Amino acid sequence: MLVRLENRGEISKTMVYASPFIAVVLTLIAGVFLFALLGVNPVEAILSFFITPISTLDGFAELFVKGTPLVLIAVGLSFGFQANVWNIGAEGQLTVGALAGGGLALLFFESESLFLLPAMAAAGILGGMAWAAIPAFLKTRYNTNEILTSLMLVYVALLLLSYLIHGPWKDPEGQNFPESRLFPDAGILPVMIETTRMHVGWLFALAAVATGWILIARHVIGFQIRVTGMAPMAASFAGFKEKRIIWITLLMSGGAAGLAGMVEVSGPIQQIVPNISPGYGFTAIIVAFLGRLHPVGVLFAGLLMALTYLGGENAQIEMNLPNAVTGVFQGMLLFFLLAADVLIKYRVKFGGPKTAGAAEGAG
Amino acid sequence: MTAPRLELKGVTKRYPGVVANNDVDLTVMPGEIHALLGENGAGKSTLVKFIYGVQRADAGWMKWEGREVEIPNPKAARDLGIGMVFQHFSLFDAMTVEENIALGISAELARGDLNSRIKEISASYGLPLEPDRYVHTLSVGERQRIEVVRCLLQSPKLLIMDEPTSVLTPQEVEELFKTLRRLSGEGVSILYISHKLQEIKELCHTATIMRMGEVVDDCDPAEETARSMAEMMMGKNLVSPERPEGIETGAPRLVVRNLTMESSDQHGVDLHGISFEVRSGEILGIAGIAGNGQTELLDALSGQVPVDDDDSIIIGGKTVGGAGPVERRAAGLSFVPEERLGHGAVPEMTLWENAFLSGATRKDLVKSGFIQIKKSSRYASEIVEKFKVKTPGVLNAAGSLSGGNLQKFIFGREILQDPSVIVVLQPTWGVDAGSAAAIRQSLLDLAAGGAAVLVISQDLEELFEVADQIAVICQGRLSRSWPPDEITVDEIGLLMAGVEADPRGAAHNGEAEGHAG
Repeated sequence: MLVRLENRGEISKTMVYASPFIAVVLTLIAGVFLFALLGVNPVEAILSFFITPISTLDGFAELFVKGTPLVLIAVGLSFGFQANVWNIGAEGQLTVGALAGGGLALLFFESESLFLLPAMAAAGILGGMAWAAIPAFLKTRYNTNEILTSLMLVYVALLLLSYLIHGPWKDPEGQNFPESRLFPDAGILPVMIETTRMHVGWLFALAAVATGWILIARHVIGFQIRVTGMAPMAASFAGFKEKRIIWITLLMSGGAAGLAGMVEVSGPIQQIVPNISPGYGFTAIIVAFLGRLHPVGVLFAGLLMALTYLGGENAQIEMNLPNAVTGVFQGMLLFFLLAADVLIKYRVKFGGPKTAGAAEGAG
Repeated sequence: MTAPRLELKGVTKRYPGVVANNDVDLTVMPGEIHALLGENGAGKSTLVKFIYGVQRADAGWMKWEGREVEIPNPKAARDLGIGMVFQHFSLFDAMTVEENIALGISAELARGDLNSRIKEISASYGLPLEPDRYVHTLSVGERQRIEVVRCLLQSPKLLIMDEPTSVLTPQEVEELFKTLRRLSGEGVSILYISHKLQEIKELCHTATIMRMGEVVDDCDPAEETARSMAEMMMGKNLVSPERPEGIETGAPRLVVRNLTMESSDQHGVDLHGISFEVRSGEILGIAGIAGNGQTELLDALSGQVPVDDDDSIIIGGKTVGGAGPVERRAAGLSFVPEERLGHGAVPEMTLWENAFLSGATRKDLVKSGFIQIKKSSRYASEIVEKFKVKTPGVLNAAGSLSGGNLQKFIFGREILQDPSVIVVLQPTWGVDAGSAAAIRQSLLDLAAGGAAVLVISQDLEELFEVADQIAVICQGRLSRSWPPDEITVDEIGLLMAGVEADPRGAAHNGEAEGHAG
């Protein structure tokens, strides 16, 4: 039997915003089946995955710890994605941002200055921007594909990290572990809620959401980004410079990812280690789309994805489930979201083209 | 009385949100040249797609030579004896004429000595064509002949022609009409789709007029005037633009000197040494067949593609060859591209955002980097009001407007910015007649107000209506210009076809006409 997708013509506005919720519900249902297949009590597993992790203050605070880098990066990425500039290498920009910001803390490891943290944040942003500037330069100068160049630079950044902590930045008193020395107190983000790990980095994320929202809705830059993405010819008609948009969006997303990297090493980790990020830079791509490329949507999507990280860890401890469950849930969420989006635009028809009713007896 | 060759009854086709055909009846007799007349979007193409088996209808039936048939695909249509020449050709540039023809017909027909059969048919129907030439070396008129010959090889009983003359010079049109009359004489029925009234009066025996998906009337074109048919087509009285009297032309506002530009597109046309000037209060019309450098000229004049030589374009006394659209707007230029959706306007964006698109600077809609939404909305409302754009409000998406309304909005947006120079490409293409008249009037008014206006158009009637000077572009070269009363349609046709000789001499020389194709 032939299955066809038929264009619905008009796209329902309600459904566009409902689809992330539909995707979440479908992911949960699919999760129930998945757990049942694994021979685990599904209700218990879902509780352990989605509810238990945030049932304590510690756990709840942890949601914001994990959400911070996701929201920061995804707000930045959503700018580029709206302009059809596909920065896939946020993970690399995050790493370089962490190295730049963290490097400053290591350089001034005896400092007690109040200026160290702002300087580290600035260094993190600049580091991420510099890493994103490479694909921007290659694309505007040599017309290379930014998807490939930004992605490949992720691995270069990880190797750079590896070199530094195995070599020059290794803690002299660290018994040869590949780790840097601990940051000085002046280089550590203050905690917001006593006894938890929730730090002021979350405020950076909220600021990024607010700034992003204003930029995209009210500012000329946001307007240019949206026109470039929706109708490149119209952007050329208006006189917007395509290369400028490429530079702006890549630098913005690189800077945001770099700041996220600095926040990670300066907040929860407090030193430079071989694994700074459990793939925040890649997960943020899902967050950006789940949040409909809108800063406020990204805020909620970021927290939801943070929950999948926490749930995966908890299910691993409580139920002996493999850690891969996190990846499975994230994957299912993206899959259902994309499927819902396709079905908003198209309806499924079975069989060949419909025969006209009146012409049926003919022939 | 003989049975009709083709009979349609009650054909209805709905698309999401629009009824393209509603209860359409149509009867075509053997040997009849039957016009299907209607504006863009009246439902002609949908109906023809049903006949040719490209698309099913939701209701209605079709009889072929008295027998009810169902045509599931174009091959079934061809087997019955229905041939169709589409508006957009389906030809491979890198292949020869013969190879292209062989690809489009059944395997049995393609066997044997196709080459000599092509020659035979092209000779007997007056469609000169060399089977061994490569398609990319042929003119648009010649390419159309390939499609016609391809249909004729299959000895059709009904030939459908969709807007065949939109790409032809007046001389090529005459040649095509000879062929069609000859086929009609041999008993072939022809369904001729057009919105050009003069052609239909000249060629067709019967006309079915469609408006908004419905048949509004059948008539004998010979007994109607172009105006009466236009009124049936549009359903209202036409207003011809009024040319304000006593306009004095002033200083040159747009000066182009030896503009040469290589096209960035592989299939584009290079511009060679184009020079002209448009004075304040003057309308210069540039005629030409599509694809002779018009798009490239607009790109160069608008600054969407800046040129190397800064001095080659002067707007309002400033040399702007190397400048982009923003700088040129600052120098007083407005321009309207051919494509409305996605070029002149962003379909997904609201009308006020589209007003902001080109009006941001000149209408002072930006305050320290931020969009002034209220001011932009007021500007958009002003456009909607002054240019009678039919829309529920400026929060509606540009894509929800009909072609004519959106074009009025785009023109309004540019005109309300008080340009001293305006360049427009195909201003009324695909626009309903009412909107087209309004747009032409606005160009005349703009010139009367002292602006320099450049209209690049394929529509000769339009150019004769509005222009003070007419020039012709052909293969990226521009002719000198003439006032409309000093040059005829035929002479322009020769220039459009690239006949190099001085048209005054050439048109009076009988020999030239035969070579026009």
